[in-house]
Order: sequence, then structure tokens, then C-alpha cells
Amino acid sequence: MFRVKAFCLIEAIHLATGCPRLAGRLIHPAVVCHVHHWTKRSTDSMWSYRTGPNSSGEAGVSALQTKIMEQGELPVLLVNEVGGVRGVLKAHVEFLKKHFHLITMKEFLKNKKHWSKKVQAIYLWWHKPIIDRELLESLPDLKVIANSGVGMDHLDLKLISSFGVKMANAPHAVSSSTADTGMALLLASARRLVEGCQTAVSPDTECFADDLLGDEVTGATLGIIGMGSIGYKIALRAKAFEMKILYHNRNRRTEEEERAVGAIYCTKIEDLLQQSDFVMLVVSLTPQTHKLIGKRELELMKPTATLINISRGPVVDQDALVEALQTGVIKAAALDVTYPEPLPRDHPLLKLKNILITPHLGIKTDKTTRMITEEAVANILAALNGLPIPNEVFP
Amino acid sequence: MEEQELPYVLIDTIGGTHGVYEDHVEFLKKHFTLITMKEFLENKNHLSEKIKAIYMWWHKPAANQELLHSLPNLKMIVTSGAGVDHLDLKLISSFGVKVANTPFAVSSATADLGMVLMLASARRLVEGCQIAVSPNTEHFAADWLGDEVTGATLGIIGMGSIGYMVAKRAKAFEMKILYHNRNQRKEEEERAVGAIYCKKIEDLLQQSDFVMLVVNLTPQTDKLFGKKELELMKPSATLINISRGPVVDQDALVEALQNGVIKAAALDVTYPEPLPRHHPLLKLKNIIITPHIGSATTSSRRLTMQNMVESILAALNGFPIPNEVIP
Repeated sequence: MFRVKAFCLIEAIHLATGCPRLAGRLIHPAVVCHVHHWTKRSTDSMWSYRTGPNSSGEAGVSALQTKIMEQGELPVLLVNEVGGVRGVLKAHVEFLKKHFHLITMKEFLKNKKHWSKKVQAIYLWWHKPIIDRELLESLPDLKVIANSGVGMDHLDLKLISSFGVKMANAPHAVSSSTADTGMALLLASARRLVEGCQTAVSPDTECFADDLLGDEVTGATLGIIGMGSIGYKIALRAKAFEMKILYHNRNRRTEEEERAVGAIYCTKIEDLLQQSDFVMLVVSLTPQTHKLIGKRELELMKPTATLINISRGPVVDQDALVEALQTGVIKAAALDVTYPEPLPRDHPLLKLKNILITPHLGIKTDKTTRMITEEAVANILAALNGLPIPNEVFP
Repeated sequence: MEEQELPYVLIDTIGGTHGVYEDHVEFLKKHFTLITMKEFLENKNHLSEKIKAIYMWWHKPAANQELLHSLPNLKMIVTSGAGVDHLDLKLISSFGVKVANTPFAVSSATADLGMVLMLASARRLVEGCQIAVSPNTEHFAADWLGDEVTGATLGIIGMGSIGYMVAKRAKAFEMKILYHNRNQRKEEEERAVGAIYCKKIEDLLQQSDFVMLVVNLTPQTDKLFGKKELELMKPSATLINISRGPVVDQDALVEALQNGVIKAAALDVTYPEPLPRHHPLLKLKNIIITPHIGSATTSSRRLTMQNMVESILAALNGFPIPNEVIP
């Protein structure tokens, strides 16, 4: 399964970036058949696996490019908007236009009749455009919706699947920069960085009083809730700070994986909460993880502990968090995510002194956003060419 | 049993903005009779000959000629933290007084701070916090981006114990690590953190995305980093200083930041501290400054205090002194 996934990813990425050599080396008729059998179990009637045992890598990209040129036009990709507050990044447009004919929702709505049957793919950026029944009904030839980022909680996966549309996310692109964000929040909160910066520049500062003592991160205990690829990268980083690492996850990792980061599995979340100095939430948002951390969990945490959330706002019961922070049930919190985003300006969380909030910047770097778009394009091209989608998400 | 007096140790004050911590006093009083500067000055004649050691907490009390003259039986000055640039080591030695510091107690906390300054600067954390709480914020802009830390190149100038700890942490972020130091580290040490030695500081400066200063302040490192060094850095690079303010030519830094010669800076140390409120560094957008909090954690301060006590006790009992500083 792993080899197949790797093959799909490499193949599709090279389709996207135009490097046929690697794809040629890796596609083998046996593997191709293998993939066909593996993916068949999840297919719907619309998906047809068009490459057969005779296809080989060298044909790969050039064949696809020829196919595209034969068709005379690039496939149509719908995005919400370009630039602006939530639009696809302007810096990515050139790359997208290499592979697709790009139209925005505005252009689509202006000329629905013309575009309806042409749109084959949608690229979501910051959860837009909103995928509802109306939109799906108006796009009879839609084959794939590619999400930027890893979270899919904003999509009705069953609904989309019922239209025979495939879905993909971008899990690999996001993991390092999100892990970095988790560590940055942990360190900044522990060492009272923001407070320190304010003191350093405040017009009232006459001397540096030796009273900005923070908590030591080196050697402290970190409890990671959700040990997927992002959680594991956090463990790797935290290990270098000599932190003791506890983790709680649906499934236990292998022994070698645990040993590599010195992580101790806690079957019961309570054990993790009671022992951790820092609790980091790195789960996907699902019905099971909704309000995973509430009054009970906060009360199980040490009163000297800090909660860090880099997953999704609704994983935490926000009202319970406000109360816990106000009454000293826990020491502090650092949130890259809330609900909604941004919080209403009168929200009690904004008034607290023992909280750090950042504007969902987990993936917000030049490099990562570029990698997200590359990963999404690879997913879309695979879907449009009847190949296994590297990061397909099933309902 | 004869009741022996605990050795007399001079401190500046207890509590207040820079005094010895109140919650350290109990431990200190187990081993010493503490005399504050105020008490000393009020009763110089009686106390002069009794004081055997000075417990210098964040540079106070200052060990000047006058004080040294008035303490004929002084054996040891122990200073908190790693830096000794505030001490006239030759002068102190001329009085036959030994000196010790606490370099190890502060190293992990300082390395951690170096890392958070780098992460916070790269990912625009402070700015982000301001946006998150600002009354004017209506939405979070999609094109507001920072720089990736994972996989970037970190150049460490000064690979002592703190520099090495920074390297260990940076390695876990898959950073490429270059370093420049008076002496090259052993091969195993280099390999353990994947660090590449740059004999010439220029090589490090030209390749690094982040340059971190982790040197002691000595006459050799004073204004080590000036216009020339800043211009050798990439225009997309960030300078991080967790050593001492005077290691950097501050005027040159202001100019470099104003003109985009380098992208940004993050300073835990400046000269003076704090900067005068009208200083140009405080007006720049591409800088973060913290109030010298490199070692500011409860546990590192406690460990510092304990190390200081050990050094004094060793000196007074004629044992080899841990963390002795030789002039």
C-alpha cells in the first residue's frame, strides 16, 4: 500500500512539474495492475482507470501533454477568487495557468451556461468556494475537488461523493510548517515572548525588571494528542529540546517510531493530561474530536500546564476554556485556531492575559503554500487523467 | 557542639527589581549569613573583615575598586549567568579574589530563547498576535505569509555550549547548520548535529537564512558584527542576537534594517538595556526585541543560585571551584 501510495505521489508530482524520468522508472505494469485492484474498491461508476498494463513512464507526462494539446485546450479549473483576502495567491496563478484554464466564481456566475459543462475541477483555497448541492448540480462534468491543506471538516464528503466527484487534500505539504507553528506557540507561550516584546518597546519602560520569568521548555513534559504526521514531526522537534513526550492517538504507533522520538503511549487521555506541562492538540476535526477538550479534560490538566491548539477551533469547548483560563484551572493557552476565525472582537478570549492567539498561520509560509498548490495540482491532474489520486480522501 | 557562624556573604538586596529572589533566600540562609549592601554600609567597621564572598545577582553589587578595598578577607566573587564582561577580571585577581560564573545553568534556557526568537521572527508571530486581537481585524488575509524554518540554513557564530544546544534543536527542524567558532569542534560533535564548520565567517554569512550570535563578549568580539558582515548576509536573512548587545554595531544594524540589506533582526540583547525610548531600533517594523530574558525561567534561575552556592562553598573550603573563571 505504501509503495503504491509513493508511486502515485511521485508519478503525479512529476506530471505536475514535468519531469518524466522518475515517473518512467517507477511505473511497472505489475504495479499498475496492483493499483487498479486497490483503488477499485473505492470507485464510483464515473471513474475509469484508463491506463492499462501497456502504459509506461516515458509515455507518462508527454502522453498527457499530447492528450491535453490534442484536446486543444487546458482543463477548466474553478477557484473562488484570485488575490484579495481569501483568494488563491497571485504568485501561484502562473503555475496554475500552465495546467489549467482558470476561472473564478465571479466569471462562472456571469456566464453559467457557458462554463457549466466545462468545469472539471475545483481548487479550494481557505475553504472557498463553498461546495453545496446547488454548485454540484450546476457542474455536471466536475471530476475532482482539491483542497488546499489537510483539514476536510468544511466539506460534506458524502454529498460530494454522491455526485461521483473525487476529493483530495494536501497532507504532506502542510506537516512541517504546522509542526513548526506548534513549537513556536509552545515556546512563545512558555517564555512570555509577546509580553517581553511589549516591555522592550513600551514608552513606559525605564529598566528591565527581572520579573518576566517564564517556564523552562527543555526537559518539560509534552503531551501530544493526535500523532499523525504533524504530531510526529512535533515529537521529533520536542525531543531535541529533551522534552518527555507522551501521546494519545486512535492507534498506537510502531515501537521503532515511538523509540525514535522517545514517545510514551497513553491509552487513556487522562494519563496524558495529568502528567503534561504542555498539551498540544494535533487531531483532525471529526464528529469524534468535536469538543474533545472540555471542562473535564481541562480540569484533569495540571494548573501549571499550557494548552496549545493547532488543529481546529471546535476541537476545544471554547466556553469551558475561557472559564478555565479565568479561574486558573490551567495556566495558559496558545491557539492558532478558534471558532470562528477571527473571533468576534468582544469575545472573552481576547481579553485574557494568559492567552496567545495567532491568525491561523500554521501553513502560512511562501514555501508551504507553494507546496500545497503543487500537491493539489498533482491530485487534480491525476484525477483528470484517470490515474490513482495521490491524496484521495474518501467519505 | 560549638556553634559555628555561617560564612558571611555580601548581596545587593532581597526582592525588588533586581534583588536576590525571596524564594531563594531560605536555601541561601542554610549555608550563609547574608549581608545586604545596605546593612554593610551601615556597619562597615564590624562587617568589613567578615565578608568572605560576594553573591553577585544580575551584576549587583558591582565589584569596583572601592568595594574590593573594603573587604580584606574576600575570597570569592560569584556572578549569575554566563557573561563576565561586566567584571574587571584583572582588577579582581589583583586582590587575590577568585571568580566563578554559571554558564551551564543558563545554557538550555538561552538556547531555547534563541530558537523561539528565530521561529517567532520567521513566522511573524508577534505581528500575528497583534492581528488576532486588534479591534480592527475583520478577517485573516490569505497572502500574509512568513518564512519557512524547516529546511532553512542556520549559521551559528559561537559554538560553545549554548551554540551547540541551539544546533541540536535546529537539527530537529531539518535545518542545514553552518558554524563559525574560534576552534573547530570534534568530528563526532559535528556529525551529531550535522554542523558544517566555516573557517571564514564570510562563507557562513553568505549562505545562511538565519544568523545566530552566541559568542561571549570579549575585546575580540566587540562589534564583531558590523556593516561588512551585514552586507555579506543574504538580503532575505535574519540576524538573531542572544549574546551581548555590543557584539553588534547597532548603528550599522539600524541602517541595514532600514535599507533592506538584511530582512529582519531579533535581539534579546542591546546596549544599553533597555534602549533609550527614542532609539531608532524601536521604530523599525522588521525587528523583535526582548528584554534580555535568555535565562529567565524559574528553574534556570534556581539552578543558577544553586551553582553559585556550590562555587562559594568550594572556594571557602579550599576545594576546586566549579565554573571558575580564570582572567
